[in-house]
Amino acid sequence: MTLFLPELALLLTAVVFFFASLGKIKGARLQGLGILFSGLAVLISLYSYGMQGSLFFNAYRVDAFSQIFKVIIAFGLFIVIYLGNGLYGIDDVLQPEYFLFLTLSAFGLMVMSSAVELITIILCLEIHSFALFIIIPFRKKGAYRQQMEAGIKYALFGAAASGISLYGISYIFGMTHTTYLADLVKIIPGVILKKPLMLVGLVMLLGGFFYKLALFPMHFWAPDVYEGAANETSGFVATLPKVGAVALLIRLISLAGVDAAQFTWVLMAFAVLSMTFGNLAALVQNDIKRLLAYSSIAHAGYVMVGLLCATEFGYLSGVYYIAGYLLMNLACFFVIYNLAPQGENITFADLSGLYKRSPLLALTLAVGAFGLAGIPPTIGFTGKLFLFTAAIKKGMYGLIILAVINTGIAIFYYLKMVRAAYTSVESQASPLNLKLSTSILGIFFIAIILLLGTFPQGFMSVAREAIAAAM
Amino acid sequence: MEQYLIYNSLNYPILTVLVAVPLFGSLITLFIRGDKYLKIWGLVVTLTTAVLSLPLYSNFDLTTAKYQFAEFRNWIPFAKINYVLGVDGISILLVLLTTLVMPLCILCSWTYIKERFKEFICVMLIMEAAMVGVFVSLDTVLFFIFWEAMLVPMYLIIAVWGGPRKDYASIKFFLYTLIGSIFLFVAIIAMYVSTGTFFIPELMAHQFSFSYQMWIFWAFTLAFAIKVPMWPVHTWLPAAHVEAPTAGSVILASILLKMGGYGFLRFCLPIAPAATIYCMPYLIAISIMSIIFGGYLALGQNDVKRLIAYSSVGHMGFVTLGIFLLNDVGIKGAILQMVNHGVTTGALFICVGIIYERTHSREISDNSALGMLMPIYVTFLVIFSLSSLAFPGTNSFVGEFLVLMASFSKYKLVGGLAVIGAILAAAYMLRLVQKMVWADSDGHMHHGEKSHLFDLNFRETGTLAFLAIFVFWIGLNPGPFLKIMDTSTLHLLQQLEDGRKAMPAGHGEYHALLNGVGESIRHLVAFK
Repeated sequence: MTLFLPELALLLTAVVFFFASLGKIKGARLQGLGILFSGLAVLISLYSYGMQGSLFFNAYRVDAFSQIFKVIIAFGLFIVIYLGNGLYGIDDVLQPEYFLFLTLSAFGLMVMSSAVELITIILCLEIHSFALFIIIPFRKKGAYRQQMEAGIKYALFGAAASGISLYGISYIFGMTHTTYLADLVKIIPGVILKKPLMLVGLVMLLGGFFYKLALFPMHFWAPDVYEGAANETSGFVATLPKVGAVALLIRLISLAGVDAAQFTWVLMAFAVLSMTFGNLAALVQNDIKRLLAYSSIAHAGYVMVGLLCATEFGYLSGVYYIAGYLLMNLACFFVIYNLAPQGENITFADLSGLYKRSPLLALTLAVGAFGLAGIPPTIGFTGKLFLFTAAIKKGMYGLIILAVINTGIAIFYYLKMVRAAYTSVESQASPLNLKLSTSILGIFFIAIILLLGTFPQGFMSVAREAIAAAM
Repeated sequence: MEQYLIYNSLNYPILTVLVAVPLFGSLITLFIRGDKYLKIWGLVVTLTTAVLSLPLYSNFDLTTAKYQFAEFRNWIPFAKINYVLGVDGISILLVLLTTLVMPLCILCSWTYIKERFKEFICVMLIMEAAMVGVFVSLDTVLFFIFWEAMLVPMYLIIAVWGGPRKDYASIKFFLYTLIGSIFLFVAIIAMYVSTGTFFIPELMAHQFSFSYQMWIFWAFTLAFAIKVPMWPVHTWLPAAHVEAPTAGSVILASILLKMGGYGFLRFCLPIAPAATIYCMPYLIAISIMSIIFGGYLALGQNDVKRLIAYSSVGHMGFVTLGIFLLNDVGIKGAILQMVNHGVTTGALFICVGIIYERTHSREISDNSALGMLMPIYVTFLVIFSLSSLAFPGTNSFVGEFLVLMASFSKYKLVGGLAVIGAILAAAYMLRLVQKMVWADSDGHMHHGEKSHLFDLNFRETGTLAFLAIFVFWIGLNPGPFLKIMDTSTLHLLQQLEDGRKAMPAGHGEYHALLNGVGESIRHLVAFK
């Protein structure tokens, strides 16, 4: 029972929102409830860090690895709820339901990080996805109809991706007669180099998680969904599912063993294509959310660089990078959200002169964007330092040179964002007066992106225990 | 560690303090209101830093090539990244240059900057911390963090307080520098993976294979050549200089450009000695190109700032030339030339800023014939212009003379070509001085508009006088400055020599194409 505490805390939050949806609570009180209970979930998952054990016929493992991801996910949910101050993009009547499904979706991710059996993994993935399918089209009616397109795209492609994963599982099960990861890890390294079908099955299985991570070739939904969904929803879709996907990818990639050459080659190709495609497409975007979508495709490629090393240090840097990515991306979405009091999409034109309208938002955007670009002393720089070190340790110089060229390309569009915020146009837009709670969040983002970037030691030593537990 | 470092024995951790004081100062600016107090605060912080940095000079041990005033702390133990600071004879003058120039930057912005003073002071102080950090860090990751951390404040200085084309200039500056440094980043990681350390002296002591050295040499060279800047990657510099506010131009010219030269001395030469020796002819050729093109382009400019910007390309060409001559005189001349360029060109940019505040134009034709109206101003202008063209008795003469001496002693052709640059410098500077001070007027050109052409006030006179002292001090008595670099330069040449000896004859492996071109250039260059 105590092993399941963080999940129960999120379920409790969901139940609270369910009852809220029956009543008439909305606005600040509703958000207050959300902050309270998701904050509780963060504390509980921190408390349960260090617990170990198995549940549900060994299909569900609680160890340092799953617990660190639970902390990150609970924390991410807390930030997303805190950020959604007033839920500008969501209809008033739907607000409790919005929070309800948001929480359920995070719950799905949380259980996913503990799942160590293929069917359980798929179940958890579906819990997460179904909740998300519902909230993507939640957006105030008005000038926008893209939310419907986004919802349909996300659901259809999501279902197809799950189908591909299941198909892959059928191959793996057919060849190994087991669905437990603990058994698979003993069999797969021996056969993956001899039987191409195993490679195909494994890559197909990974496909479902590539979809969540928006990695090439399962990336194409990202720009439309980011653009169509409400700003707060995009903030969620852009960050938390990727954390969950990284957790699962680490578990699944480590199945193949360290020396699975073809497997590494496939992942390497995906990583490079993802980076290159994402960065090149991002260069020409005008809608900031679309730009961030393509940037997230590129970042999926960077994370993959760490994961495909299949070494402890590689996984470690992957975890660090995705945690940093969560913070930096949420910082950008935080700015977008607060710039659009009607829940509209933000373009470069809306960013211009931001530093006069709200210096704090401009600075948050600058720190977030420079972080994503990988400029020291942000978390993005330290993350890239670790990722590249891991890959060079494996001797993947070619991959790193391509990644570095990509970093160079990426800087251009991140700088374009900052430049827009810091150019002074004689804009008519009025100064933005931020609430105290909003300012606190902005300062928090700036501080944590810089501090965690400068002092990664604490996080890394915790993450190292976690990785050791998973391998 | 002890074999490389002499730990700081002053009663305060001087190098950390030099980074931390401006950094904390910048945080405190956020809580100060009122432009007047902000200016004073900026001045107080930079002056404090300058005063605190003086013991570096007085307590410097001339007899050792070890890194002095060193501090060592574990920072990210699991990746072996440490917080190591230290200075030697190569970096100490640059640290002092930084701390002494920064108060002048605040002073020359006193009335130039009109808006957002709080942010301006804050950004300037962050800039100072990062610049000092670059010169004192002995860990490659720490170095890289400071190196990149400089970009953002400098970008903001140009982008927020710059001239009409600030948008274009700032992004060009940023992209150029950043693209250079991402390869530096890979080189840093690659060296770590093959040696297991980020500690610069240990990397210097490590023997890399020749092909490995070539890779890291070019990765470093790209980054530093952009920063210097060398032809043909110099194009960001005129744009950035013209658009930056005065203080931004001064920082760029006096300190930022020096980081390129410093990088060559700290990384390229000692870490990749065999590659350096092998690539020397190419780098010398590029330096000569920089000298001649920089001078030639400066000759044709009508914008005063542009002219000085192109002259910087030429002067920095002398620096890289001196470095890649790879002998004692050349390297010392190069380091001294870096300091000189910091003093002289910084002063010239302050001069331009002063006149721009009065006439709101940087065109030579709008600022001509000032001699009658602004006698003190033109006195300083002439002093610094003469210094810029290396007039005997001024600081640049010593530096340029040493570099020319070194090049004539090694390759006569190179010396001959470099002299063309010196002649060009005289041509464009004298043209500038002639027009700005005398022109063809009979003294009545500015009749009726005297009101805005008032002479220098006390603050401006003080700023320029401080730099003028250094012009003559270094010019007439360069001994103490050269003595500081003596031991470290010899040590550097020793490292090069060891690197050459450790390589099998003929370097073993290199590209046939490079080899062929290299040989023909080598023949050309070695023509005696």
